[in-house]
Amino acid sequence: MQKINREVLLEKAVALLESNTVSCVLGWRAGEFDYDVTPFVFTDAADLKANFVWNDFCGANFSKYLVAKTRKHEGKILVFLKPCDTYSFNQLLTEHRFDRERVYVVGVPCEGMADINRVKSIAGDGISKIEFEADAMAVSTLYEDAPIRVSYADALSERCKNCKSKKHVAYDELLGDAGDVIDSNRFDEVEALEKMTPDERFAFWQKELSRCIRCNACRDACPACTCEKCVFDNPASSLENKAPANSFEEKMFHIIRAFHVAGRCTDCGECSRVCPQNIPLHLLNRKFIKDINEFYGEYQAGAEVGSRAPLIDYTLGDLEPGEVFDRGDR
Amino acid sequence: MTNTPDTLIPVVGVITDVRLDTPDIKTFRVVTPDGKKAFDHRPGQCAMLSIPGVGEAMFSITSSPTNTEYMEFSIKKCGCVTEWLHAAEAGQQITIRGPYGNPFPVDDVFAGKNLLFIAGGVGLAPLRSVINYCRHYRDRYGDIDIVYGSRSKADLLDYREIIEEWSNDAGVKVHLTIDNAQPDWDGHVGFVPNYVKELGFDTNKTAVLCGPPIMIKFTLEGLIALGFDKTQVYTTLELRMKCGVGKCGRCNVGAKYVCKDGPVFRCDELEELPNEY
Amino acid sequence: MLKCSLQNVNAAFARIAESMKLYLPVDRGDGKTRFDVWSEGKEWSTALNTERSAKDFFFPQTENLMEFKTEGKKIEVIDIREENEVFVIFGVRACDVRSFDILDRVFLSDPVDSFYKNRRDHGIIVSVACGKPAETCFCSVFGIDATSPAGDVTAWRTDDAVYFTANTEKGSALLALIGDLCEECGTEAVDAQRAKTQKILEKLPLKDLDTKNFGGGKTKEFFNNPLWESLSSTCLGCGTCTFVCPTCQCYDIKDFNTGNGVIRFRCWDSCMYSEFTKMAHGNNRLTQTERFRQRFMHKLVYYPENNEGIFGCVGCGRCLSKCPISMNIVKVMKAMGGNEND
Repeated sequence: MQKINREVLLEKAVALLESNTVSCVLGWRAGEFDYDVTPFVFTDAADLKANFVWNDFCGANFSKYLVAKTRKHEGKILVFLKPCDTYSFNQLLTEHRFDRERVYVVGVPCEGMADINRVKSIAGDGISKIEFEADAMAVSTLYEDAPIRVSYADALSERCKNCKSKKHVAYDELLGDAGDVIDSNRFDEVEALEKMTPDERFAFWQKELSRCIRCNACRDACPACTCEKCVFDNPASSLENKAPANSFEEKMFHIIRAFHVAGRCTDCGECSRVCPQNIPLHLLNRKFIKDINEFYGEYQAGAEVGSRAPLIDYTLGDLEPGEVFDRGDR
Repeated sequence: MTNTPDTLIPVVGVITDVRLDTPDIKTFRVVTPDGKKAFDHRPGQCAMLSIPGVGEAMFSITSSPTNTEYMEFSIKKCGCVTEWLHAAEAGQQITIRGPYGNPFPVDDVFAGKNLLFIAGGVGLAPLRSVINYCRHYRDRYGDIDIVYGSRSKADLLDYREIIEEWSNDAGVKVHLTIDNAQPDWDGHVGFVPNYVKELGFDTNKTAVLCGPPIMIKFTLEGLIALGFDKTQVYTTLELRMKCGVGKCGRCNVGAKYVCKDGPVFRCDELEELPNEY
Repeated sequence: MLKCSLQNVNAAFARIAESMKLYLPVDRGDGKTRFDVWSEGKEWSTALNTERSAKDFFFPQTENLMEFKTEGKKIEVIDIREENEVFVIFGVRACDVRSFDILDRVFLSDPVDSFYKNRRDHGIIVSVACGKPAETCFCSVFGIDATSPAGDVTAWRTDDAVYFTANTEKGSALLALIGDLCEECGTEAVDAQRAKTQKILEKLPLKDLDTKNFGGGKTKEFFNNPLWESLSSTCLGCGTCTFVCPTCQCYDIKDFNTGNGVIRFRCWDSCMYSEFTKMAHGNNRLTQTERFRQRFMHKLVYYPENNEGIFGCVGCGRCLSKCPISMNIVKVMKAMGGNEND
């Protein structure tokens, strides 16, 4: 369960909105069920009070919305950012994608967000109510008389299980504690892939990526994908979307995208969260992060604004291409 | 072949003649490889032309259905398919399928009426089919007025045909205008909507409008000011199309598909559509 | 009505698969289910529905339409279609069966799309009644009975058997193949199961979603509603909703240069995409709000206007569970006045 409750966030948002410190609030809006919250731009305090939500399903990373919303809305935008979101926020500032002065960041501590698919795998379908109790969710369904208790640990999404940091690296104001960078096992799955033979690895990715339906949700949600005109939307690029010659041609899209965000990806995990086909896309990006760490020293995109990422910073000690190539024999 | 033919599968057409009409409009004459017309059409209908590997696009058929030998397409260079066509020479094969869309109501609504055709720029292309159809069956229609304007004299489409043929027909009056004065032009200078108002037509007519959206908007306003009712005015819409048969969804506006329910619309019908065309 | 004990089901599948391809929902091993070709060892999933809709069977995500060979100025058009083989889609839910009707009205209306029709003619649909609908289900709102779906054959699955009844000649012929593995029976077991499911359907949270404010002729009423702007304000413009939707049928036609010819193929497209309506000289839907509005106006107003009031939604709930921002047709309908109680 989240340590800071809805009322604390709501009070903050209403105060900032009513004092005209901000003109709108980027927050979560209640849905049909207790888990289907929608990112929403609130401009009205009464609307906020009635419909604002903060719970364990508020996983969406709002950083990218700031690129479009600072262009659209006058005045400052209040945005609630979780620790991992603040890395994307900084990375976007590093890339000059929006004006920092137009945003008021309220940092919210995060205990990890739940994945509704995990909840359903335990409680089953037909969820009619979810109550957030201190140690577990009480999930009522159409099929069980009593609520089923799902522990927060069991409901945790993959990206949160492998949380890399509880530290807010950007904020104007913080609700609760600052938090720290934490040890994570996020590279374990990458290591498992590295241990595979090339044929096994190829088979793994073929199986995963052949499910891709090229909806582009991964790209559209990715905070590192903010090109004004994506190459895959450009009819003149010959890469324009929707043109697979076979079910595995989608690999091109994902591999090109992974290369494009290499060194800029903060490992926020939005790509895998939004994928309607449940493809573990974050593993491609994580492989790049792991390689960059190994080749150039530890580097976390978005840890600070303005840092020069290893891939765009030349030093005399840089690895030679041959050394990378030889690694294949390792 | 066990399969029934599909409307999406085109036939081969041969470009037998390319005429440079204006600096950016060429007129292409198209027949099948055995020298016949690919299919019959009605005035105002369209066809899908394509170049394999380049793309397919919808064009209005410029020639009149009364031309039994070939079809003509007047095409402005503005995208990849049109650019490719502009580089093509006689003898080049393309693909063609159609006819698509609804025609102008030349045999019922237009019959016996005085007609006023108003076109701007390449907007004359779809109207040329109707105008020549009405000229062919001259006795079925009343007086015909044609107002046509373009940026400059060189940009007037079918100029030779207009001057040498249309202007000489009994009961046909041609009113040409260009946007800006130029030395070898002693005709009217000014935009089409203003010219229409200056000419001050009486309302005992059915009007047909075709041109850029902005021209259509202001000309329609001018006609209304002259006392025309929207039910007396026809125009054509142009939207992105892929299938041509109301299935792919691109040209969907309101409950209409421009490729199938259009491109010809009466102006009062347009009022029923959401404003996104 | 025929009864086939669960022990005999795999034998029935084997019998069918002897003469035609049999597709059925199979668990993928990660909690998700998809249609797969049956072969020995593949188990019919008990999951509520497949992650992707069944529209792929008739309207695949990509399909080659024709081939061109070019030589100098000459072009040859080659019809590359092959005669389809008869196939069975087993275990289609009521919502997805209805989606075929909705697609039919587009693809089989004049002029008939022969690519779609060829598949449709060769497909035999065995639907299966729902036993455990999810909270995201709202097919009843569109007049669909999840306990008695349409299709060539309707099936009901209980704890110990599968019950079949044929609705068409195609269906009867299919059941004749497995007749010796089944026994004639009354409708008691099926009636009991239907009654049980009906009780759950009555408890579904979205069952009261009101459609009566929508429908043909309502363009003016909804088009300029200021709510489109706020509803779409965080829409990512991805095509997830369109691609998982069993009734979305917009497509693109493109050419692919193979090196020794050109293949013209068609593929799913989405009105949510910025390029969808882009022409060489302009775009009539420049903002995501306009594109978002088009999708819902089409399902709730334009489609019913052209199809005797039938809505372009079957209430399968896929968009509810798949949209990255949890925005969906239910929220749109409620916000726009679909539910007077709200």
